[in-house]
Amino acid sequence: MQKLNSKIPAGPLAEKWSRHKAAINVVSPANKRKLEIIVVGTGLGGASAAASLAELGYNVKAFCYQDSPRRAHSIAAQGGINAAKNYQNDNDSIFRLFYDTVKGGDYRAREANVYRLAEVSPNIIDQCVAQGVPFAREYGGLLDNRSFGGVLVSRTFYARGQTGQQLLLGAYQALNRQISKGNVKMYSRHEMLDVVVKDGKARGIIARDMVTGEIKRFGAHAVVIATGGYGNVFFLSTMAMGANGSAAWQCYKKGAMFANPSFVQIHPTCIPVHGSQQSKLTLMSESLRNDGRVWVPKKLEDAQKLREGKIGPNDIPDEDRDFYLERRYPSYGNLVPRDVASRAAKERCDAGYGVNPEGKAVYLDFKYSIERLGKKVIEARYGNLFQMYEKITDADPYKEPMMIYPAIHYAMGGVWVDYNLMTTIPGLYAIGEANFSDHGANRLGASALMQGLADGYFILPYTIGDYLAGEIMTPKVDVNAPEFEAAEKEVTDRLYKLFNVKGTRTVDYFHKELGHIMWDYVGMSRNEEGLKKAISGIQKLREEFWADVKIPGELNNLNPELEKAGRLADFFDIGELMARDALLRNESCGGHFREESVTEDGEAMRNDEKYAHVSIWEYLGEKKEPALHIEPLVFENVKLSQRSYK
Amino acid sequence: MADKILKKLYIKVWRQNNAQDKGRFETYEIENVSTGSSFLEMMDILNNNLIEKGIDPVAFDHDCREGICGICSMFINGRPHGPDSAVTTCQLHMRKFNDGDTITVEPWRAAAFPVIKDLVVDRTAFDKILQAGGFVSVNTGGVPDGNAILISRDDAEEAMDAAACIGCGACVAACKNSSAMLFVAAKVSHLAKLPQGRIEAKARARNMVARMDELGFGGCTNTGACEAECPKSISISHIARLNREYLVAKFSE
Repeated sequence: MQKLNSKIPAGPLAEKWSRHKAAINVVSPANKRKLEIIVVGTGLGGASAAASLAELGYNVKAFCYQDSPRRAHSIAAQGGINAAKNYQNDNDSIFRLFYDTVKGGDYRAREANVYRLAEVSPNIIDQCVAQGVPFAREYGGLLDNRSFGGVLVSRTFYARGQTGQQLLLGAYQALNRQISKGNVKMYSRHEMLDVVVKDGKARGIIARDMVTGEIKRFGAHAVVIATGGYGNVFFLSTMAMGANGSAAWQCYKKGAMFANPSFVQIHPTCIPVHGSQQSKLTLMSESLRNDGRVWVPKKLEDAQKLREGKIGPNDIPDEDRDFYLERRYPSYGNLVPRDVASRAAKERCDAGYGVNPEGKAVYLDFKYSIERLGKKVIEARYGNLFQMYEKITDADPYKEPMMIYPAIHYAMGGVWVDYNLMTTIPGLYAIGEANFSDHGANRLGASALMQGLADGYFILPYTIGDYLAGEIMTPKVDVNAPEFEAAEKEVTDRLYKLFNVKGTRTVDYFHKELGHIMWDYVGMSRNEEGLKKAISGIQKLREEFWADVKIPGELNNLNPELEKAGRLADFFDIGELMARDALLRNESCGGHFREESVTEDGEAMRNDEKYAHVSIWEYLGEKKEPALHIEPLVFENVKLSQRSYK
Repeated sequence: MADKILKKLYIKVWRQNNAQDKGRFETYEIENVSTGSSFLEMMDILNNNLIEKGIDPVAFDHDCREGICGICSMFINGRPHGPDSAVTTCQLHMRKFNDGDTITVEPWRAAAFPVIKDLVVDRTAFDKILQAGGFVSVNTGGVPDGNAILISRDDAEEAMDAAACIGCGACVAACKNSSAMLFVAAKVSHLAKLPQGRIEAKARARNMVARMDELGFGGCTNTGACEAECPKSISISHIARLNREYLVAKFSE
């Protein structure tokens, strides 16, 4: 168990980070120049880390699978970024942001990590402003804020409905500056396929040049994974089409442990699924719940008529509308956390009140705020989201309510890291959504951007120095070493194996099948029987995949089907581990809802006596069951209580 | 708004195996596409059919599929991102087409954007332009409080209008000269409108324009096709601002 030292510093919560920073090693500028760092992924975490590390003087190699680092999926985040600035004088503070995040995560995150996140959050806003991020402003020229789910203060900074885009462009600009100075070498259209471990330390990666198909070796003194989450295991999700869990999964197979894989977030406000040809789900920002009211009809017969298209939503008078979030949760109303809002929507639809032909949609209505504030105000706040909605659905949300339904959105689980963000492989780090550390069992809105940038700008650049201080005598890593050769061979063999199956079914066929299993049994509501079914179903499907998948094209050319197949091969394994993890955690917490663990009125019920811990999985080999380790969670500064948003 | 089924479509698409290949059009038939499907979902269906028939599927760039990453880059029926306004290809829906239509799909055509395969082009030239100065030179840490820099709401909004650029390259593809002026203008204008960006404004305009010229993009002749086809409706008034910034920079040399 030596491997699982979380390295949380001693001392009072508010002093842990500053004490830790004072205690850890620092690398001299002359030595930084001799050290190389690989950063995989160029979203908020990866781009901010790569830029900041290069500014410090390290030699950085950055990788992304897209054609440009600017395209990483952080760009799609809409609503905003939290920071404990207390600019609104509404009694916000670092402690309050910390407390909200721990509570919102249903007490399944580390206190020390979350406090540090809240502590550096104000610096993020300052940094982004200095970079020229055009945050929304008040008329007096000060920064504007809005509210998000699960909190009672206004601490969310935003740039229209494109906050993720603007923050990412800020980090990308910083990255570009370092590329132009020669401090970062950028490898776009390169996909990491393995991590290389030599003498027990991460020493490089194997990547495929996606244009030529060439398999290349890259060495470094440390490797940082910033490759996002694994939500695409569900096939339909709000993730980008290329988003995948493969980099994290290869790390797992090389010895990095994986934490809380069953914790995924289901976002309540997405455009509902239509038909069977759909490829992805589109998110409608949580910020819409500031001004939109969620409802379904009170009467079953009205719901029936809506589904058949006999009446429209505007035909239903106010007294016949069930504003179920306001009814069930009067104090938070439409701004309850995401997991609560998602389950409430599912509950109403399962009871027969769904409003689209599939019966899987609820209304998000802006009529009331348009009446109160005027169309202009709503347009200024959400114009681009309304336009996006109209383009997709052909319906005008200024005139009739949006239809929404929950969809997979974010992975709280991920690679296990200690307080330094280092995995169980020395020299291998995981940041942003790729790690597990800050959001517990449910992430609050506008906190993903905060975590990605906190890790990349303000945490990793300090903590990685502590490790690299011990590496200053290590010469440039030799990529001709046998460990690199073996890793490259493993990667090449697997690609050939996949390519040579030459079966009859497409990659998407298998991915959709996997998605059905995951959504039905490992989705919003889980039980023992279903999870067992999921495990055996995935195992069977994986065998079929390896026997019958058909990959066209060439190995040594741009080949999107080959890329998809490699990622899907890992999704089978990730999906199985998620089900295993969900099966063992017989409690309901955050996004993980076990039907066996509910209160009398049907709300989720945690079991702190048995499950106040992080579940950590260790890979023991192909076809072997992974080993489970436990990291107990100690709460010294918050009182555990059943979350209540009533 | 009810979805209909397009019984048959003819997809005339550019096929080119690699950068060296000469390339040609191929026409494929496709049946039963819902008008509620996005254009890229139609391409998924087409590719699925091709794979089943043993034909190499059509390579195309796509990622976020919600109109923000800027990676999708198809020239459809003679227009970047196809026959709708203010959308990317992933936001274009099949309700914009009729049963029996022949739909012509090409890659972006510009010397600075060489074709990699089929509809996939190399847009690293855009990254290179931004690397020439599309940033504010601040390191991480040591910056003032966010509210220490006051910015008028109008300036922030105007900066945001320009910053909304997704770097897709539709402006270049639409321009008869393959000019990247709107792209360059968007970044120059975004940073020029903010006090943080003013300090390096001259060098930025000079260096980015010089890099754009080196990379083989054409000159601007004020046709306005870029604005008309920009999925984010970025105005050519930003080109006017770029020209001002550039002239000021040149005269102060």
